[in-house]
Amino acid sequence: MTKDPQARIIGKESWKDYYLLSLESPRIASQAHPGQFVMVRITSHSYPLLRRPFSIHFKDERNIEIFFKITGSGTGILSQKKSGDTLDILGPLGKGFHAGETLRGKDVVAVGGGRGIAPFYFLAHELRSHGAAVKIFYGGKSHEDLPLKAKFEENGFELFCSTDDGSLGFKGLISDYLQTELQTFTPARIFACGPEPMMEKIAEISRSGDIPTEFSLESFMGCGFGACWGCVKRIRKNNDEGWVKICEEGPVFSGKDIIWTEVEK
Amino acid sequence: MTDLTIDLGFIKLKNPVIAASGTFGYGLEFAPFFDLSKLGGFVVKGLYFSPRPGNPPPRLVEAPSGLINAIGLPGVGVRRFAEEILPQLRKIKTSIIVNVCGENDEEYASVVEFLDKEEGISAYELNISCPNVEKDGLCPALDSEATFSVVSLVKKISSRPVITKLSPNVTDIVEIALSAQEAGTDALSLVNTLLAISVDVEERKPVLGNIFGGLSGPAIKPISLRMVYQVVRRVKIPVIGMGGISSGRDALEYLITGAKAVEVGTANFIDPEASIKIIEELKDYCEENGFERIEDVIGTIKR
Repeated sequence: MTKDPQARIIGKESWKDYYLLSLESPRIASQAHPGQFVMVRITSHSYPLLRRPFSIHFKDERNIEIFFKITGSGTGILSQKKSGDTLDILGPLGKGFHAGETLRGKDVVAVGGGRGIAPFYFLAHELRSHGAAVKIFYGGKSHEDLPLKAKFEENGFELFCSTDDGSLGFKGLISDYLQTELQTFTPARIFACGPEPMMEKIAEISRSGDIPTEFSLESFMGCGFGACWGCVKRIRKNNDEGWVKICEEGPVFSGKDIIWTEVEK
Repeated sequence: MTDLTIDLGFIKLKNPVIAASGTFGYGLEFAPFFDLSKLGGFVVKGLYFSPRPGNPPPRLVEAPSGLINAIGLPGVGVRRFAEEILPQLRKIKTSIIVNVCGENDEEYASVVEFLDKEEGISAYELNISCPNVEKDGLCPALDSEATFSVVSLVKKISSRPVITKLSPNVTDIVEIALSAQEAGTDALSLVNTLLAISVDVEERKPVLGNIFGGLSGPAIKPISLRMVYQVVRRVKIPVIGMGGISSGRDALEYLITGAKAVEVGTANFIDPEASIKIIEELKDYCEENGFERIEDVIGTIKR
């Protein structure tokens, strides 16, 4: 984990509300694994005050990419940054996906809902380099919510798209599309990232099919490195259930450890 | 060469900058970013006697130039702190202050009694002012008698200096400060967070799991500074000022007002190196303004 106070924006792409920034940060790039994240300082002023967490979308030797959707004031300001501007970033943070040699020659699935697709471009490359056969399930409300479709296809990944309105691919939820496709094959592992209702549906699929699944969780974060205890989720650990910091012990957790719904006491 | 040391009477600090409890974990979280021994000191996360889970999420929400937290003081408890964390902190050459919590006077006393047997702690900071553990933000620091009661009990048994951390959620903070002084506290730190809420207009419900939280960050600085101004004029003991400090100039406002030292809180989240930058900026200010010692800056506010 390092702080790079001046990561230069060397590339920017946008599709309506979705943005991709390439940042030059060799130190962070050299340490990054799929599923890890960076904390980006939006402004040197006091509003918005806190850094914002973003999955590492991709990396090469010198650069990292982040992919995001405008969802509030922080991402709104970030979307206005231009090539040549610098950003103060911390990273890589958290623990990423398990994408090692054990998956060689096996089918694996990555399910991304909306901006939840962000960590899977990096992961898909990593999995392919380890010899796994990657199928990407990419869902959104409408075709405009699937801006990375072309990029995955151009890079030779097998892609399964769904939209709620049927404007692209399977009409309906990505979890339903996955369930349908799972009648023809059983993956060695599922990776999932997206809105909570999607994640809970994937959790059901993984439970009923007994398929090991890793979820990348999202949370509002104060610091991103374990100091504020703000980003907790109920997680099973050593036969115990407790609040676990998503930034430090996650954001990736095994499906069998996550307690999705908090029971009111 | 500017002398940044501060003599609080009961401990000498390398410099006036202390990292504030609840924003600095157990200290070790910041070790990847800088050498912790450069700090004037740091206050570890509030400790109850037993481990605690903290509040249900959401625990944080941003406010304009501020942060509302309802973390709820999760922690490892005194035993694990003494066995697993304190041995690592002892190697760091700075003042380690332990923030002490309790559900009642006796628990504050039992935490201090337990930690008194452990080496490597410079002082205790009594957290009688956390607004988000009890319903409606209740805590001893809201009442001068409750403050007197817990401070005098802890002072009776503590072998170490005691700093009492006050709440801003009172009508007259001077009254509480005087009560803590009368009970024998060695110093005061002020202020803790301001009781606050945030509402989700789509869901039409409070954002935070605990409903109430504590507001911190730049937004509160004018209020906390005002309270430091009021208190330093009336007490004889050292005052440690905090609230919204994110730069050397912010820290200077408190020092000039009369705080002997400052605590840096929310800024640690935004820039883990914030405290180190503040120390550098204090040094620069002294050099540029002809102060050989930072102590010569303290309380120099003009009428």
